[in-house]
Amino acid sequence: MTITETPAAEVDNGVNSDALLAARDQLREAPEAAEFVWRATSEWKSGTHSVQTIEHFDGLGTDQQHKSAYVLEGDHPAIFAGSDEAPTPVETVLAALAGCLTAGIAAVAQNRKIQLHSVTATLEGKHNILGILGGDPDVRNGFNEIDVHFDVKADATEEEIAALVAQSQKRSAVFDALTNPTTVNVSVG
Amino acid sequence: MAQKHTTTVVIGAGHSGLAMSYRLRERGIDHVVLERGQIADSWRHGRWDSLRLLTPNWQAELPGARYSGTDPDGYLTMPEVVDHIVDYARIASAPVVSSTAVERVSAIDGGYRVQTDAGEWHAKTVVAATGACTLPNIPALADGVPAGVRQLSPLDYRSPAMLDDGGVLVVGASASGVQLAEEIALSGRRVVISTGEHVRMPRTYRGHDIFWWMHHAGVLDERYDEVDDIVRARHVPSPQLIGSPERRELHLGTLQDHGVEVVGRLGMIRDGVALFSGGLANVTRLADLKQERLLDRFDEWALQSGRADGIPPHRPEPVTVPAQPRLKLDLVAEGISTIIWATGFTADYSWLDVPVVDRKGRVVHDGGVTEAKGLYVLGTSLLRRRRSTYINGAAQDSDDLAAHLDATLAGDSRAARVPA
Ligand SMILES: Cc1cc2nc3c(=O)[nH]c(=O)nc-3n(C[C@H](O)[C@H](O)[C@H](O)COP(=O)(O)OP(=O)(O)OC[C@H]3O[C@@H](n4cnc5c(N)ncnc54)[C@H](O)[C@@H]3O)c2cc1C
Repeated sequence: MTITETPAAEVDNGVNSDALLAARDQLREAPEAAEFVWRATSEWKSGTHSVQTIEHFDGLGTDQQHKSAYVLEGDHPAIFAGSDEAPTPVETVLAALAGCLTAGIAAVAQNRKIQLHSVTATLEGKHNILGILGGDPDVRNGFNEIDVHFDVKADATEEEIAALVAQSQKRSAVFDALTNPTTVNVSVG
Repeated sequence: MAQKHTTTVVIGAGHSGLAMSYRLRERGIDHVVLERGQIADSWRHGRWDSLRLLTPNWQAELPGARYSGTDPDGYLTMPEVVDHIVDYARIASAPVVSSTAVERVSAIDGGYRVQTDAGEWHAKTVVAATGACTLPNIPALADGVPAGVRQLSPLDYRSPAMLDDGGVLVVGASASGVQLAEEIALSGRRVVISTGEHVRMPRTYRGHDIFWWMHHAGVLDERYDEVDDIVRARHVPSPQLIGSPERRELHLGTLQDHGVEVVGRLGMIRDGVALFSGGLANVTRLADLKQERLLDRFDEWALQSGRADGIPPHRPEPVTVPAQPRLKLDLVAEGISTIIWATGFTADYSWLDVPVVDRKGRVVHDGGVTEAKGLYVLGTSLLRRRRSTYINGAAQDSDDLAAHLDATLAGDSRAARVPA
């Protein structure tokens, strides 16, 4: 034989989707291990500035730890008389949404054997601040709407890319947390 | 009461149990079919008045019996389905013992003990054909529904006449949910439908019923051990479809034309206020994309098989939903007097005292064969192939399981002959 088919290039988005699928099957067998607890601690600095540390979480039936402790900060911009040392927490929420959806796009693309070249997103949270200022009882405190715009370059058709983005929303924890009500228990002391 | 003996007890005289009876008779296996009510009980008591099958009549064939009526492309009404199944029981000469509810099945030496409210049976093998849609699947958040709001499931809803004049919240937009939302809206009541992930299909495509396409293009023949994620596949909601003489389309778009308000998935009821997901646009987008992929597949098949018949593909319009869907509904203040939980159904295996049931109450099986020797399930979603979800799947499934059951019995008697 003098000619053979060139093997298709391996799709590599840096996601180990076999491991993810194996984990799904294992967790179906041992559902207790699927119960995770995510944690953050927070400390007030001064004014509207605070610092959050994220290091430990529980999962797979035991304590887990990140490679190192990660630090996030929150503050308010100068127009709210803040010191603007850090993003406003609502902006961090947008960042979390982008991080979650983007991770989802990569994982789904890997699973569907689609090679990604770039994934960028722009997010806008529409927010009427009369709510938090107590200036209008009809205005809610949170976002009224969030717009997310993705630009995805990949070896795929437009439809396939649309399906990737749709699937990532379907499997996104932060998308779910923002679009659905969640019970939040706050205690003190 | 004295216990009776038989080789196989089939539980349930719906089409599945009757098809199994036909197969056992073919193989000369002694059996009874125990039925808590009457033949076709689910279709007599658990369905709303206006319901017609989703599947066309030609697909109502059962082992040894074809549809021989005058309207192969029509959709049977409920009284017609009951007649169809009662006729089939006669054709199959099924030994049905009616008004006999099975209360417990347990393993005993060499087989099973079947306790009923009318005596006890001992059998070497048992086939559970008790139905996949016996109990409504009502989410725990229903606990938050304010007193005074009536709650129904599609198993106890009959017609709009049983409702008072208030508004109706239909939760779930699979076949049951969209059908009920449509008829209640047409009765003049305000209807809100809450939808999570759903499946949309056109009633007809390129001149043929959607089930014609699924049948011929091989969709219904996909096997349970070939689909990508069987747990997920078995829980895919039924498609938004209705069987009607005029073959009308039914989806979130047509519902909105009738004034139905579409909202996202119900996430919680807090202080009497129903809270809906803001992810509505994505679930409708997912359903449109999935529909396109299905139709792409049909076009491809039509091209390859030369079955295109000259009718050009005409794709359904994507559904548009409000850009800012309602996120809250104060049930009492907004005059919602009824909630219909069209949130799916589950099987009831509470009577099964054999360790083959998982933590969610589902029987663990491999294409209907459980780990307990001689114990089978039949008639559940995607049991052996996509067709298994429908009446049309019973012929092959019952044949496969009867063959397995027969071999198990033969193995037993061979084993019995081997000297110790
Ligand atoms: C609303 C609705 C619409 C559907 N439309 C279609 C359609 O268009 N086309 C289609 O192909 N399929 C359709 N199906 C799916 C399926 O065909 C039906 O659910 C059908 O009734 C299943 O038949 P079966 O014989 O498996 O179970 P069933 O018809 O439910 O029969 C089970 C029998 O077992 C009896 N039973 C249960 N428990 C016990 C016990 N402990 N002891 C003794 N007897 C017991 C019941 O009384 C019942 O008679 C529909 C289902 C629903 C719910």
